[in-house]
Amino acid sequence: MSNDMNIPDGIAVGLSTPKLENREKVTGRAEYIDDMSRPGMLYAAILGSPYPHARILSYDVSAALAAPGVVGVVTGEDVPDGRMGAFIKDEHALAKDKVRYVGEPVAAIAAETLAEARAAVNLIEVEYEELPAVLSPEEGLAKNAPILHEELESYIKVFDAGSTGNLCSRTELSEGDVDRAWADCAIVVEDEFVTEPQAHVSIEPCGALAEIDAQGRVTLWSANQSVFRVQANVCESLALPMSRLRSLTPRVGAGFGNKMEPHIQPLTVALAIKTGRPVKCILTREEDFEIVRARHPFKIRMKTGADANGKLIARECEVLLDCGAFADDSPGVLGYALLMSGGPYRIPNQRATGKLIYTNKLRFGAYRGFGNPQVTFAGEQQIDEIARRLGIEPIEMRRRNLLKQGDGWFVGPKIASNGLERCLDAVAAASGNPKASQDRIKRGRGLAITAHISGLLGTGAIVRMLEDGTISLNTGATDIGQGSDTVLAQICAETLKVPVDMVSVASPDTDGSPYNWGTTASRVTYTTGRAVAGAAREVVNQLFQHAAEMLEVPIEDLELREGGRVALRGSNEDLPFAAISGRAHWAKGGPIVGSHTLVFDEPTHDPKRAIALGLPFPQIGVFSFGATLVDVEVDQVTGQTRVAEAWSAIDVGRAINPRLVDVQAEGGFVQGMGFALYEAMVWDGARLANPSLLDYKIPTSADSPHIHSIIIEDPEPTGPFGAKGAGEISLNAIPAAIANAVNTVCPGLSHALPLTGERVLERIEEGDNAA
Amino acid sequence: MSDKQVISLSINGVAREVFAPSDSTLLDVLRDDLGLHAAKRGCNQGVCGACTVMVDGVPMRSCLTMAGACEDHEVKTLEGYIQDPLMNSLQEAMIASGGVQCGFCTSGVLITARNLIEEKPDAAAEEIRTALSGNLCRCTGYVRIVEAIAKAAKEVVV
Repeated sequence: MSNDMNIPDGIAVGLSTPKLENREKVTGRAEYIDDMSRPGMLYAAILGSPYPHARILSYDVSAALAAPGVVGVVTGEDVPDGRMGAFIKDEHALAKDKVRYVGEPVAAIAAETLAEARAAVNLIEVEYEELPAVLSPEEGLAKNAPILHEELESYIKVFDAGSTGNLCSRTELSEGDVDRAWADCAIVVEDEFVTEPQAHVSIEPCGALAEIDAQGRVTLWSANQSVFRVQANVCESLALPMSRLRSLTPRVGAGFGNKMEPHIQPLTVALAIKTGRPVKCILTREEDFEIVRARHPFKIRMKTGADANGKLIARECEVLLDCGAFADDSPGVLGYALLMSGGPYRIPNQRATGKLIYTNKLRFGAYRGFGNPQVTFAGEQQIDEIARRLGIEPIEMRRRNLLKQGDGWFVGPKIASNGLERCLDAVAAASGNPKASQDRIKRGRGLAITAHISGLLGTGAIVRMLEDGTISLNTGATDIGQGSDTVLAQICAETLKVPVDMVSVASPDTDGSPYNWGTTASRVTYTTGRAVAGAAREVVNQLFQHAAEMLEVPIEDLELREGGRVALRGSNEDLPFAAISGRAHWAKGGPIVGSHTLVFDEPTHDPKRAIALGLPFPQIGVFSFGATLVDVEVDQVTGQTRVAEAWSAIDVGRAINPRLVDVQAEGGFVQGMGFALYEAMVWDGARLANPSLLDYKIPTSADSPHIHSIIIEDPEPTGPFGAKGAGEISLNAIPAAIANAVNTVCPGLSHALPLTGERVLERIEEGDNAA
Repeated sequence: MSDKQVISLSINGVAREVFAPSDSTLLDVLRDDLGLHAAKRGCNQGVCGACTVMVDGVPMRSCLTMAGACEDHEVKTLEGYIQDPLMNSLQEAMIASGGVQCGFCTSGVLITARNLIEEKPDAAAEEIRTALSGNLCRCTGYVRIVEAIAKAAKEVVV
């Protein structure tokens, strides 16, 4: 629900337009990667490493090749020595020379049927020399630890990572003088926190389909969050010129970071090149758990100090991150977590440092929130703890310390729009008085606030006017179900003052779409929306140029009239888009095409106010804000915690499509609740012990509470119609809010996630013993 | 690998014969042999519910149902409900409420929801949540799906 009635709706923006592709989805006709097939298509199966760390000595694929239906096999010997990676290029298309985690693809096979591929894959023989494994960051840092990447220092890196030994990267940020500031504090709290890995669990497992044409050019469809990152990663790892690979997307069955960087696209392409036939590779649910990526487990030491009035003076945050076997997005997660570790508060003295350590596990990587939920879980509990000790209400404690419009964020990014205080007011007003506890079921209420960026890197849009005056929009942004096609069409329609059904949205295609870094970092509405508005404005300029000539009037006297007309201001005289576009196509000027590209270029770091070492994002984004309040019920006998009701307010600048914002708030809440209460990937030694939905539980409809979504609109001056991102702000504060609620009914802080019944019961019993 | 056999099925009221391995699941046959793609493979373990179809009027996990065991039974998939008024109301309600995000769980949700409304048109929100708890959705947080089902159910009652 939108509570901001002061911004008028337009012809398209501000309306809860149903998503453009809904009808395909409710009839089962939407085509996802596993629904695709090509003539002569083969099916792939993957052989995973049985060892966490081993040298590959030799392969024998003869038995596999002789098996029924088998057409081709690829191993590390078949792929070039190309390495891919968003921050550090450390990863081959599939294991080459070494394996670095259990399940890592070592070889892949293509056969006439899936059953034949699966039957034959185990006939591939690989001889290994097992090496000692590193199974935790602490082990990785130990003296004489086995080294995962012997050539680490020679790898290409896109920032000053400081890599050495098993240290993948390190980041150090500081502002003010933390060491001196503690003396000025009336109260200082210091705690350690740990969080467990969370699996993305898109209901659609990852998959890819590749084929090579007679000219040797590859076409690749895959479940992805960026056709362009897919193209870059495949080409880097297989040493292909980018012009030799076309990357496309079918509908995507959701992505939460898992489908942003590559999964099995490179090995699928390698099989297609090897066999000369189309090859489809779809991961099983188990493989999807074992070989894609997951949310980082964090170890956090946090220290926060305030004066006697609760005014925050200093915060220090030190984190240790398990990277897994490959860097992937981990250096970014480390840097971003540290950047967000102070939360949306004025804290004059801050220091945040962290290390990222390679281990022999599945790579950890991007996951909705990107390190922010973990540090927020720590930081927001300390805010509550300081408030409790000083006898200040949690909401008042926050009010006294909020970052305001015009303030700088830690290290330097500028904040323009800031609806944080309104978010806080909104959840306080909407939630009313908490219900009373019963004997066995104690109720607790918890609050947490957060900020998140939307922005980063390059994006573009092309708006074409067709002969009949309708519009084709092409951005290259993959809609992963959240509704970006719809939102971008709304922005385009609003700029042209036409109903949204006059705009069609092209499917991303590296051959025809302008570059889009990806559907990630809460960025599509904000950055791609800006590009769309810019491209549509360019179309308006061209329309006006034509219309001025056709009506023989000055351009300044023209205006757009709703429904697709250019009019002479103050008169009945106007021209339909069709007449103008027809002229442009057949008589004068040429077809009307508007394009606009941009790269987010505001610096992250202001060297005048802060010191930054190993900052992975020189330019980052604008800030969204959120406040969440939850009521939990804690069973005093079992320790089981459930969320009874929740209020989540997010400041998205301007809700281009309010309902889609609400669904982000609700979906983000439930995913965050799973992370807070039960989800954890568990390793038994080197092997993931729970790679199935039987053993790894995500929230069901029965577990999920009623969530009151509240939209706050504080327009972002640079955003399209004032909009900024909604995707991650919805999740960040959830574990913290739930922990704060649990902390009101159990003694102490929540030092570890998830808050399982066992962990909570232990605290209840400690409290009973103390009493 | 299993030998192939002829399996005779009744799918959406039409007799279909497939020549498929004897260990094929109903989901394998629907998707790979008959090109009926509404039912999705999310986990292949009977947990996620994306593959839910009706067998003799009962919602079943097609990934756990052997195709051969469906001979002499009536199988109905989402594709079979194109002109079903109750399903159409549900589809419209899902669109109007915003219950569709990535869409991968949607087919299974619709089959489960239609069955619930038929069995208990006056189901309360909590009952809807319980009935739907075998259909996992990672996008929506379930709020809009529950709302859509309640809305469609109301239309039926009226």
